[in-house]
Amino acid sequence: MHDKTLTQLAAAMSAGELSSVELTHLMLQRIAAQDAALNSFVSVTEEAALAQAKVADERRAAGDAGPLTGIPIAHKDIFCTQDVLTSCGSRMLENFIAPYDATVVANLQAAGAVMLGKTNMDEFAMGSSNETSYFGPVRNPWDTETVPGGSSGGSAAAVAARLCVAATGTDTGGSIRQPAALTGITGLKPTYGRCSRWGMVAFASSLDQAGPMTRSAEDAALMLAGMAGFDERDSTSAQRPVDDYAAALSNPVKGVRIGVVQEFMGEGLAAGVASSVTAALDELRRLGAEIVEVSLPNAGLSVPAYYVVAPAECSSNLARFDGVRYGHRCADPSDLEDLYKRSRSEGFGPEVKRRIMIGTYALSAGYYDAYYLKAQKVRQLIAKDFRQAFEQCDVIASPTTPDTAFRLGDKADDPVSMYLQDIYTIAVNLAGLPALSIPAPASGGMPVGLQLIGEVFDEARLLNVAHQLQSVTDWHQQAPAGFE
Amino acid sequence: MQWETVIGLEIHTQLATCSKIFSGSSTAFGAAPNTQASLIDLAMPGVLPVLNRDAVRMAVRFGKAIDAQVAERSVFARKNYFYPDLPKGYQISQYELPIVGEGAVEIRLEDDVCKTVGVTRAHLEEDAGKSLHEDFQGLTGIDLNRAGTPLLEIVSEPDMRSAREAVAYAKKIYQIVTYIGICDGNMQEGSFRMDANVSIRPKGQAEFGTRAELKNINSFRFLEKAINFEVERQIEVLEDGGKVVQETRLYDANKDETRSMRSKEEANDYRYFPDPDLLPVEIDQAFIDEVVAEMPELPDARRARFEAGYGLSAYDADVLTSSRTQANYFETAAQIAGDAKLTANWVMGELAAALNKTGAEIDDSPVDAPALGQLVARISDNTISGKIAKDVFAAMWEGEGSADAVIEAKGLKQITDSGAIEALVDEVLAANPGQVENYRAADPAKQPKMLGFFVGQIMKKSQGKANPQQVNALLRQKLGA
Repeated sequence: MHDKTLTQLAAAMSAGELSSVELTHLMLQRIAAQDAALNSFVSVTEEAALAQAKVADERRAAGDAGPLTGIPIAHKDIFCTQDVLTSCGSRMLENFIAPYDATVVANLQAAGAVMLGKTNMDEFAMGSSNETSYFGPVRNPWDTETVPGGSSGGSAAAVAARLCVAATGTDTGGSIRQPAALTGITGLKPTYGRCSRWGMVAFASSLDQAGPMTRSAEDAALMLAGMAGFDERDSTSAQRPVDDYAAALSNPVKGVRIGVVQEFMGEGLAAGVASSVTAALDELRRLGAEIVEVSLPNAGLSVPAYYVVAPAECSSNLARFDGVRYGHRCADPSDLEDLYKRSRSEGFGPEVKRRIMIGTYALSAGYYDAYYLKAQKVRQLIAKDFRQAFEQCDVIASPTTPDTAFRLGDKADDPVSMYLQDIYTIAVNLAGLPALSIPAPASGGMPVGLQLIGEVFDEARLLNVAHQLQSVTDWHQQAPAGFE
Repeated sequence: MQWETVIGLEIHTQLATCSKIFSGSSTAFGAAPNTQASLIDLAMPGVLPVLNRDAVRMAVRFGKAIDAQVAERSVFARKNYFYPDLPKGYQISQYELPIVGEGAVEIRLEDDVCKTVGVTRAHLEEDAGKSLHEDFQGLTGIDLNRAGTPLLEIVSEPDMRSAREAVAYAKKIYQIVTYIGICDGNMQEGSFRMDANVSIRPKGQAEFGTRAELKNINSFRFLEKAINFEVERQIEVLEDGGKVVQETRLYDANKDETRSMRSKEEANDYRYFPDPDLLPVEIDQAFIDEVVAEMPELPDARRARFEAGYGLSAYDADVLTSSRTQANYFETAAQIAGDAKLTANWVMGELAAALNKTGAEIDDSPVDAPALGQLVARISDNTISGKIAKDVFAAMWEGEGSADAVIEAKGLKQITDSGAIEALVDEVLAANPGQVENYRAADPAKQPKMLGFFVGQIMKKSQGKANPQQVNALLRQKLGA
């Protein structure tokens, strides 16, 4: 039963073959039995989950159920959840019980989804391996000596290991797509502004976006429909109706022009990943898609531009963690400066500190023009590259990551090599576009991700192409050994 | 050496919106600490700001009131620094693209000389909370009720050349913001706070001297004193061969001195950058037209109207229009009284004195505008004399009722019956034959003054109720015979 997708489980519940309480029990048992090997959950809210499952069953009995009603999911620990620990993977918020629900959490709850708990993540979403979490690293269920990717590594591992049906994630530079690729699941980063950021602890406000992490594109369509929508509490959320993603899934792929990014297929890409991605593209061609070449000439600037913009915003966003109102406070501060310095040096881990320092430097008087302003100009150039590429195609394709999952500790001391993990995903955030990662054929027994990038608010088409590919392949159905 | 003073002001006006600039919390003053602080004001993880439309409307209203450019597109920026009463670790303000651009106001100095002072810009920002250092035994209490209250920071050009000019400019801005209803003007509660940038230079020199910034002054009197002290201090420093350092200084009203808070080297690097949580503010012509349509009459226009329409002197018109509430009071009273000049005298005289004595605001006057208007009407129609009217006013102030009720209750109605007045005149003349003789023999130039004796006697006999004009006329007639 746990191997079924969200779509299949919703159908089973709707047919009366399964109750949410039964399914929730099953998932809680799996977490209890299996998560010790993965460390994908920070909190498991068993009692609340069963209570929500009961309510969901009652709703269903009353004829008031949607596709998400009764589905057990998990939230990345970056989303505020009322009365439940919201740690952001940091010692700083080790004791922070949020007094309110994030909009994404509230929307999914209103749709009847059942929250099993909160998933582990890189500290404040800063990382590509889930090794920066204060609660310890998450392991990849495909090989527990490797990382699951990050920063939404807990959500990715939990979905891949069938410990929950679906999960939420956030993506600032690839934090949904990269772990989805490394764990063999489907992960979608929507257009900037599609999901409300209210209640999502901010890392880099102009880049952060919530999205679903699921076992199929079809599941992602249902999850996104439950998460998305305008929110008056988020000035940057989009005032446009949510498309009917599920309805668009069945559109034929025939005639869709898919542009393969030349710059992402060359140097730096592992051979196994390249051949997997090529195989996936071949399959799309067989479905009638037209494969063309496109170029993003400024894509090489995206990592440096990102590592100015994101740290700059994070240095300001994380200033509120000062030990005054909530979160970690050092013992016996001697004065105000001591309170600030020690609370923050004790509360934040090394990667967070590194980015706060980079960002503080980039915004400093005399450096602003050379770094922050220039990075913003690069952003414009990258957005322009995409606009030009979309003149020749409907969807852009590339590998999600340069390689398959690496071993724990391999890149921990080499931040630059870690930052290059996101070389294919970051440009998308800088341009605010939607993109997803779906499994391509595995390479050396480890999952590979195919990234599909769309024009703004073209999530329906991305999900449609992904679903059509998944309808004729079984790469997304593979389960890691021991978690089948 | 002859020195010239150069002053520019930054004025923080709290906008009179119901809720905060980025949250729905109330902005009312005086609530128990932290009862008006929402998740947003507390800077909880994950919260986001949403701009209050009324704050934008008020900023635009100010821009149009000083004939400034209102920006089609303005941008909020983060000003980053750590302080316990700044919950986010940054203040949302405007930096490169403020909502109001260049404008100007005209100030009037004592000798009726006018001067134009340039306004560089005015931008929207949020107020910080308050740190309370008393009552916590060595600890500091934080009250975030004020955090997020909308401010319009109005920045002037360095156009002022004396403390008096600075005060005249500050008062002018105060008058405008209270007139157009964007600020309650309550200086004690911090609704109107001033920073002064002060420097001196040798007279005739074109470049500016090094300036000191005097922070957070909340009265016009202190502004004048602080600037004067600072100018003297800088002259002393320079004449002793020293250098003025660029720094922030605090005015201590108790000691009447300014002292250094922090030097330029210790100043924060605020690391301004556009706030990614807020979209640029875009203002179209329709919005501006709407704001202009609801603009109340501005002080300069009203003053001109008071002079032309009511025949008031420039001085009277100036005083009466100094605040919108006073001008409104005057107009209401004058309409009922029917005599604008007499009403003006009463508002600026008896009423102002009584308010001053009790410290009450004109809005809370125990004698309201219609009541004063009725009192003045009773003087105009000769029911009572101006002198008696002062007693009536005092009684009204004490809550004894309307002018008519007091006049009736105390029997103060003026005697205008010519027969009765003639009897009184005859009585007094008969009782003072010597004085009558002296008067008749006196130089005509001295007679008016001597007449006062008889008038006084008659008024005394009538308990002040005899109509003075009639008494005068009859006396002159009878003594002339």
